[in-house]
Order: sequence, then C-alpha cells, then structure tokens
Amino acid sequence: MSTPLVVSEEYAVRVERLSVAFHQRNGPHIALQGLQLELARGELLCVVGASGSGKSTLLNVLAGLERPSTGAIDVQGRVALMFQEAALLPWLTAAGNVELALRLRGVRRSDRREMAHDLLRRVHLEGFESRLAHQLSGGMKQRVALARVLAQDADILLMDEPFAALDAITRDLLHEELERLWKRSGLTILFVTHNAREAVRLGDRVLVFTRRPGRVAAEIPIGLPRPRSLDSPDVAATAGWITQRLKYEMQEVG
Amino acid sequence: MAELAAVADADLPAEDLFAAAAPGAARVWSAVWPKLGAVALVLTAWQLVVWSGWKPDYVLPGPLPVLLRLAQDLGQADFYGGVAITMRRALIGYTLALVMGTAVGLTVARVSVLRKAFGAAILGLQSMPSITWFPLAILLFQLSESAIVFVVLLGAAPAIAAGLLHGVDHVQPLLVRVGRVMGARGMHLYQYIVLPASLPSFIGGLKQGWAFAWRSLMAGELLVIVSHQPSLGVRLEFAREFSDTEQLLALMIVIFMIGIAVDSIFSVIDDRIRRRWGLHGA
Repeated sequence: MSTPLVVSEEYAVRVERLSVAFHQRNGPHIALQGLQLELARGELLCVVGASGSGKSTLLNVLAGLERPSTGAIDVQGRVALMFQEAALLPWLTAAGNVELALRLRGVRRSDRREMAHDLLRRVHLEGFESRLAHQLSGGMKQRVALARVLAQDADILLMDEPFAALDAITRDLLHEELERLWKRSGLTILFVTHNAREAVRLGDRVLVFTRRPGRVAAEIPIGLPRPRSLDSPDVAATAGWITQRLKYEMQEVG
Repeated sequence: MAELAAVADADLPAEDLFAAAAPGAARVWSAVWPKLGAVALVLTAWQLVVWSGWKPDYVLPGPLPVLLRLAQDLGQADFYGGVAITMRRALIGYTLALVMGTAVGLTVARVSVLRKAFGAAILGLQSMPSITWFPLAILLFQLSESAIVFVVLLGAAPAIAAGLLHGVDHVQPLLVRVGRVMGARGMHLYQYIVLPASLPSFIGGLKQGWAFAWRSLMAGELLVIVSHQPSLGVRLEFAREFSDTEQLLALMIVIFMIGIAVDSIFSVIDDRIRRRWGLHGA
C-alpha cells in the first residue's frame, strides 16, 4: 500500500485511467489514453492542451454524452456543460432559454419566470430578458448561456472554451463574472481552454494535456492571489512557462 | 457594476441601430414596384401578340376585354359561389393533408425502422404527378367530391411529411447536444428542441404542399365534373366548350391570383419566423 486511500477526501470528480477511442473510417482514433485526474470539491481547475488533445472528449464523457472505452469516472453530483458557442435556442428569448433549463430540471411553472429573471440579473443582463438570441452580442449570448447552465443548478460546471470566440475586453469581463459566481456559489468548475493566460487567470490548478492521445503532461498549482489580472507579470510568467510546455508537447509528436 | 452594463451595450449588434431607419412607405414601394412592372410587361407583351394578328380576336382576346370580363365576373354573386366550391375542396383536402402529412412525418421521423422503410417512398411520392392518381380515385369514389379531395390529399401530404422529415434531419447537432446536456431525453428532446428547430422546414413543406394541393385540385376539377357544382374548374371547362376565351382567360387570372394569395400567407409566416430567429441575410 504505497498510496494510502484517504476516505475523507472531498472530491467532486475522479477520473481513473480513462481511455476513449472512436472508430473512424481510417482506423481507431484514440482521444484519451490512461487519463488520471481529480477535482476537489469547490475547485476551479483549468485544462490546457493543443487542439486534438481530447479536452472536449473528457468533458463529453463527464457530461454523459460519450462513454469511456476503458477506465472509470466518478462524478459526485449533477453536471452542467457550457460550450464555446452560446448555442441559444433561436426561437426563445433570453429568459425563455433560461426557463427551458428550469423546466427540464422540474421547476414549477409559477416559479420559472421569477427565477429566470433572477439568474439573468446575476449575469448582468437585466433589461434584456425578452431579447432573442440574434438581438444579443456575442458576449451577451455567452452570459445567457452562463445563466442557462446556472439554471441547471448543477454541482459541477464543465466549460469547453466558453470564451474563446469573444473579444479581449468582453472575455476579461466574463472572467471577472465567472470568478465572482464561482466564489459565491461554491461550484466545482472544470474549465478547458487553449489559452495559457486564461488558464492561469482563472485556475486554482492548471493541467497541461499531451497531444493526442490526451494524458496529463504537467500539473501547475497557481498560488497567485485573486483576483488576478491577465496582464500582470506573474500571470504572464506562469503562462509563458505553460506555453513553452505546450509547444514542447506539440513538437514531440508532430 | 454600472460600467459593466455600459460595455455590454456598446457591444450590441448593429441591426438594432438600423431597424427603425427605413420609413414604411418607401419600403412598401420598393417591394411593390417591381411586381407592378412585371404585370405591365406581361400585359404589353400580350397586347402586342394580339395586335400582331397571330390569332383572330375571338380566339385570343387582348388584355382589356379580358380584364373587363373579370371585373364583370367579380360583380356577380354566382361567381363567388364557384370560388366557394373550389375553396371548400381546397380547404378540406389541404386540412386532411396537413393532419396526415404531419402524423406520418412525425411517426416516420421518430421510429428509425419506419424511417428506413418509408423515408425514400415519401420523397418518391412527392415527385409523382398527382394527376396519375385520378383514374384510381374515380374507380374508388366515382365522379364525386371525394375523388377530388382524395387526390388533393395525396398531392399535398407527402410534401408536408417530407418538409417535417427534412427539418428533423437537419436540426443543428449543437442544439441537440444542448438539449441533452439540459436533461432533455426522448419525447422531451423532441418537444423542446427537435420540433421547434424544424419549424422553418415544416413551413417550407406546408408551402410546397399548398402548391401541390392547388395543382391537384385544378386538375381534378377539369377531370372530375360533379353535377350542380359549378366550381372554377368546371367553369373553365365550360368556357372552353363555348369557345368563350375571354371568360377562360379571366378565370385563369383568378386561379393564378388565388394560388399566389395563399402562397403569400405562407411566405409571411416563413418571413416572421426567419426574422425572429435572425436568419435574414440583412
């Protein structure tokens, strides 16, 4: 027994030797191989990796959209997933999108409206409740998407490059907002990105994934005080190191 | 957090700013004048053919006498009786087609075995000229209203079913994923995601279905003449028998206009949906 089993340890997600392979026309495609990771309850963990490192596959498996080929996952609690695209339902208003999530969660009709407006207020979209998706800017759409995942009242929030398509200022604002919501709610967040700075800005820890098939190549605890600024020298230095590590990972195989 | 809201505002899509800019009258005129121009062009060409003396006046009258005849028709109660008979058939046939087409489309979309069995057949039925159903319809229902309605139904229903199937097939995969992540499974996924998402395609099917229904109906009214039912088709046939070309052309204009009028209802619905969804290329 070299690694003692700590029973009392509070974890939200545990991934044990997870491998995921797809069968494609040109043979099997291994997205993840022997992935090992753990998320503490209430932790904000960032995963960085080049495209094709299986980051999205990991989220899909945790969200139950895909099955593991081998290995095991243990998810303690309800899971919500947010995508890079806001993916708002175009026939519904901002409030309607949030209300649908509430409805599917089983919230009573009489409470939905009030709750949806409350959630939109939390992401600073007061006054935009009756806007349709195409009447919102990219940043506002992502705010609605954020309100919609919050409406699911999940314990674990999986985020798949949610701010990658936004301009720098909007992204900066949404980082602040996410950090604020996370601190207040006690959510566990697994945040996937290809941007090292964003990972250092947000994460308690940053995991660097290897290139396909994905495994954890490096784990970097981020001890910098919050709130952090994207432009601070400390964030830049750590991010710079992570970027080097990513480049190395990419060259090693390619 | 006031500055947060301010930044969000500055980042609004531009269409908001232009939405109120175009004045109503100018917009209506810009939509109407090309159509008026087209009408003028057709009338001129028609008049020129008449003037060329290609056919004698009583075989091919000019636009003026035909339009006068049309105006005269429009003043007679009898004429509206004929329109009513035709439109009643259209309404019954189309409503049946709507119900059956939707039911079949939904069932076939939902059950993959049925999908494999009937998917191609439904598309195939769409391209089958509906007039070929009439001999069978007449044997089944004799020369009756039912025979006409039967063919209208068979003309329109496959298009409606196909529109729905196409919509279900082409729902954005991302929206389906969003639905599943929100916990929508099975019927809920259909109710809240797949069916609303296929609405534009369904409306397209309804529009196509109307075009087929109208064509089938006119073919039916020329072939299946039910006594004491002076529908538009019957009147058209009589006008030919009496060599009354003025009447014949006046009726054709009416048939054309009804087809366009109903079609434009679907266009308006389609346009509203596209606007709501932000699908307009503007």
